Amino acid sequence: MAERSFEREVQDLKLGAGEVFHGEGILAVTKALLQSGVSYVGGYQGAPISHLMDVLADAKDVMEELGVHFETSASEAAATAMLSASVMYPVRGAVTFKSTAGTNVASDALSNLSSGGVTGGALIIIGEDFGEGSSIMQERSHAFAMKSQVWLLDPRPNLPSIVKAVEDGFELSEASSTPVMLEVRIRACHVRGQFVAKDNQKPRHTLREALENPVRDVNRIVLPPASFLQEKDKLERRWPAAVEFIKQRKLNELFGPAEGEIGIVMLGGMYNSVMRALQQLGLADVYGCSLVPLYVMNVAYPLIDDELVAFCAGKTAVLMVEEGAPEYIEQALNTILRRRDLQTKVSGKDVLPMGGEYTAPVLVKGLQQFIGQHARLLLRNQPPVPDPSPVLNDPKVKALAATVPQRPPGFCTGCPERPIFAAMKLVEQELGPHHVSADIGCHLFSILPPFNIGGTTMGYGLGPASASAFNVPAGKRSIAVMGDGGFWHNGLASSVGNAVFNKQDGVILVVDNYYSAATGGQDIMSSRAQNPRRKTNNSIVNAVKGIGAEWVRQIDRTYDVAKVRDTLREALTTEQKGPKIIVASSECMLNKQRRVRPQFFKAVKDGRRMVKERFGVDEDVCTGDHACIRLSGCPSLSVKHTDDPLKDDPVAAIDNGCVGCGNCGEVSEAAALCPSFYRADIIHNPSGLDRLIYRMRRAVIGWLQRRRDATRIAFAD
Amino acid sequence: MKEAVIDQPVTSTARLSPLKPLSIAVLAMGGQGGGVLTDWIVELAEAQGWAAQSTSVPGVAQRTGATIYYIEMLQARSGVPPILSLMPTPGDVDIVLAAEMMEAGRSILRGLVTPDKTVLIASTHRAFAISEKVAPGDGIGNSATVIDAADFAAKKTIAFDMETLASRNGSVISAALFGALAAAGVLPFDKAAFEATITAGGRGVDASLKAFNAAFDRTRQSPRDAVAAAPGKRFDALPARVENPELDRLVGRIRAEFPEIAHGFLFAGVKRLVDFQDPAYAAEYLDRLGALLGLDRGNGGDAKAFAFTVQAAKHVAIAMAYDDVIRVADLKVRGSRFARVRAEVGAKDDQIVYTTEYMHPRMAEVCGTLPKRLGEWIEQRPKLFARLDRWINQGRRVRTGTVFWFVGLYLVSALRGRRRGTLRHHRETLHREAWLAAATGLLSSNYDLAAETLECRRLVKGYSDTHARGMSKFDRVMAVLPLLASRQDGAEWMRRLRQAALMDEQGIALDGALKTVATL
Repeated sequence: MAERSFEREVQDLKLGAGEVFHGEGILAVTKALLQSGVSYVGGYQGAPISHLMDVLADAKDVMEELGVHFETSASEAAATAMLSASVMYPVRGAVTFKSTAGTNVASDALSNLSSGGVTGGALIIIGEDFGEGSSIMQERSHAFAMKSQVWLLDPRPNLPSIVKAVEDGFELSEASSTPVMLEVRIRACHVRGQFVAKDNQKPRHTLREALENPVRDVNRIVLPPASFLQEKDKLERRWPAAVEFIKQRKLNELFGPAEGEIGIVMLGGMYNSVMRALQQLGLADVYGCSLVPLYVMNVAYPLIDDELVAFCAGKTAVLMVEEGAPEYIEQALNTILRRRDLQTKVSGKDVLPMGGEYTAPVLVKGLQQFIGQHARLLLRNQPPVPDPSPVLNDPKVKALAATVPQRPPGFCTGCPERPIFAAMKLVEQELGPHHVSADIGCHLFSILPPFNIGGTTMGYGLGPASASAFNVPAGKRSIAVMGDGGFWHNGLASSVGNAVFNKQDGVILVVDNYYSAATGGQDIMSSRAQNPRRKTNNSIVNAVKGIGAEWVRQIDRTYDVAKVRDTLREALTTEQKGPKIIVASSECMLNKQRRVRPQFFKAVKDGRRMVKERFGVDEDVCTGDHACIRLSGCPSLSVKHTDDPLKDDPVAAIDNGCVGCGNCGEVSEAAALCPSFYRADIIHNPSGLDRLIYRMRRAVIGWLQRRRDATRIAFAD
Repeated sequence: MKEAVIDQPVTSTARLSPLKPLSIAVLAMGGQGGGVLTDWIVELAEAQGWAAQSTSVPGVAQRTGATIYYIEMLQARSGVPPILSLMPTPGDVDIVLAAEMMEAGRSILRGLVTPDKTVLIASTHRAFAISEKVAPGDGIGNSATVIDAADFAAKKTIAFDMETLASRNGSVISAALFGALAAAGVLPFDKAAFEATITAGGRGVDASLKAFNAAFDRTRQSPRDAVAAAPGKRFDALPARVENPELDRLVGRIRAEFPEIAHGFLFAGVKRLVDFQDPAYAAEYLDRLGALLGLDRGNGGDAKAFAFTVQAAKHVAIAMAYDDVIRVADLKVRGSRFARVRAEVGAKDDQIVYTTEYMHPRMAEVCGTLPKRLGEWIEQRPKLFARLDRWINQGRRVRTGTVFWFVGLYLVSALRGRRRGTLRHHRETLHREAWLAAATGLLSSNYDLAAETLECRRLVKGYSDTHARGMSKFDRVMAVLPLLASRQDGAEWMRRLRQAALMDEQGIALDGALKTVATL
């Protein structure tokens, strides 16, 4: 993280016992790790847990003082494998990544880790990217917990509960020799609240002690015959131990009256929304008082049969509230009640939707149906439920649907990836459309307007691999796009290695913006910044050549649209077989501006000669056809209506957000669009020589201009 | 299992607290400072002894998308933290802050604004979405639709251009929204508490306070801006007298020879053509318009408010002031343009500004600028043309502030005197006359269609390939005139075709519309 400082957040990590922490959920998790005496932390960045890693990366002094090792893992698999340190040694470790994207990658290590079991507490903090605003497929992390027998915590979404879950998680892991996943939903990661801090704790057992006193226990290794014993151990010792710990420590919670006709069983993460829905139905208040018995599962897995049975006994029906499909817990609950021959009716996805986010209105609807069926009298004092439908059904509001535009994510102002796709668009105009395999990262925005490029995306670093079937003689070649993040995560071996070995006759375009940009600008292998704690500046070109790629081109300035276009055309048309790899490199503008802007302002303030570039449009020359925008989509390049009655359509206009990246000019030049763009070079603190030359030029130019104006007949404006 | 935390058994609703938290939704786009505003509101509430919670789902929305931040707050009760929601419930939001006009529209569409409770505080400025910008025509959404909906859906609306107000005060929109929120009087905190929150933040305090106060005062004085449904166009009144006798004669002709309803476009047209060429060229325009007016009158134009003449006044002027190399050079070298660029980029007096133009001349444009015969002679020799094109056809960065490049452009612009003899002029004239002939040919049989036909000129615009595409759309639309000529609703169909042609670049919508017309 070269370009952004988390100094303020780092201060929060230093809070001592009794002090009140104010901040985001994910930062509370970070603080809780330090309070729990963690020895090492790793992970792979991604929404919504990037912040945890960013802050720890900046918290060098805190980490050194406590003796905690922090590592930016190469992938989620690497992160999970790191937890192997807790297998033989009583050291606590935590890793974090996005789920289910990261859990998928981590699966191999996760299976091995959970099979052998752990000695020290091993915690996996997964940022659950589910619901509104999510950028990934809506799968449930729950499946990973079940198939690998890893415990899954899903605490109520408030800071004290989340912090407690971290602390409980380590203990549960140690008590049951099993890794524990802590699921924090995206809204909970970003929730801003407070909790009373404790002192940070130094690890009780250090990695150094472990290294210097190696332990070897064959029974922990996943290889027959030990692996069969591990299966037995998992089911016969670790599972009951976990159940016992959860029961004894009361990790799950009961709210509301002890008795009732009906009850609600919910995952901890659902608690606030369920409470709001109950409040709207007149069955609860804002302080947590409920008229309906509630069983809140802060532990989503394993289920505690005895607790569930005790809760259900004596009730006509219970409602199971869990988001997403399939309804694992509802199914399990039915099995548990059948085994104990309890006749309590289990409701769940019959009244609640199978998929999607459980918002308060969704829950209100489900609860109304559930309570209506089983305890109708409870609804007799129901206040009016908030209902926007009269407003939404009015023609004035319906008219908005056609007016309010979608705002798909796109490239930032000055993004170096924009000119790459503008060049691809130009090649498409020449050679026709191609099959384009996309990958994960900012460059995936190319599939949206205005570029509309990219046919599939199969996963991180898998873009070129996902084009591997198209390795047959044909009139066109496939193009695969992959970012530098994906390249180092998985792409070098799975995509480039695969292409080299199989002589894949396609084009691989590696978009190198010097960072893991989409996740917040973290450093990666090929980052150009000097990072004292990491080895950066490892060349992508050297890497691909090192594994046998032959046709490799490096483009050092992606804004050179003509060069990108020509290189791409060559790659698509050359006689040479095998992968054609283009590495297109320019720094992520968001991060570059974070670095450069303060430097620029300081230099200007210090009186140094500085040149600032920005673009503009001569509106008299612009005809309002917007061809330039269709090859750009830059937020800074917009349109505006003029007061000229002879212009019906709005003209292009560039706002003050322009960073002068040059794309507008390059594109209009390469595509022979229109001459209305200009670049203005603004010289701050011009030197004496600057001023002299400027005066001389002005003398000649001014004379010619005055001469022209004198003869020009024109109406006074 | 933990024992039930609430006294039991609870069976009566009497024990339930009736309190509801105050809820605030902030709709903003990535980079608008929605997070800062949200933090301010939470800090403000906490400083006033309230319990507050905020959430957001930034994700990919950080990159130019739209985001909702959500805040709930409640007066704290000691020892019992309230349970606050992590997302807004439609129909149950007290305050909506929208950092842009269409985001205000989105909040209404999502049911967050309801007449029984919601105060909507919105900035009326527009940040256009990509779909609004890429249309080859005018794809901009109508802000008046949002205002109409807001007036219906909100309990109270505060709406003015907070973006401009903030930037005038050296700050960003979050500070202006915070000021409007303070002035709206919907939060039970006084102004000093708001200001203290900004001060405690410690970054850019002075500018933020300035914008905050400006927005506060503005909200108290005039909380609503009028929003126009259509962009304002500048129609100058005919001046009583113009110094230059040639120009005075042109103005006199407009006044004497044309119905008043056409004066606005005619004067705009005359000004454009004097600027493009010279007063004689503008006189030619008036001659041509005079002839068209005669035909208009002869075909009942009086009863139609001279719609044909008005359309002709506008589009003939645009057609005559075509965008050629001479025009571009002329516009680029003007002293007024140099001054405008300085103003646009916000250059201070002690700063030096140089411009670089991105030009890509092709042999086609060069031929167009040559005398007609010479241009045609080269065009008829494809090998020569191609050889010259290889030399000409490349991107050129023209540094207009340097003497060499300025003089080059200046010389090109000086070709203005010879423009009437160029190949381009010849072709433009032919094209124009063919179009006018087609339109006037319809006057007697289908007046409305004739007027609509004039408007089709709007499809021709842009440079090089874009121009060629526009031209081909124009040709395709004109080609169906015979099909429409005899239809009562021909004009209506023509209007639809034009709208379709302006929807996308490739003309996919137009193809569809043409197919429909073919089945009529």
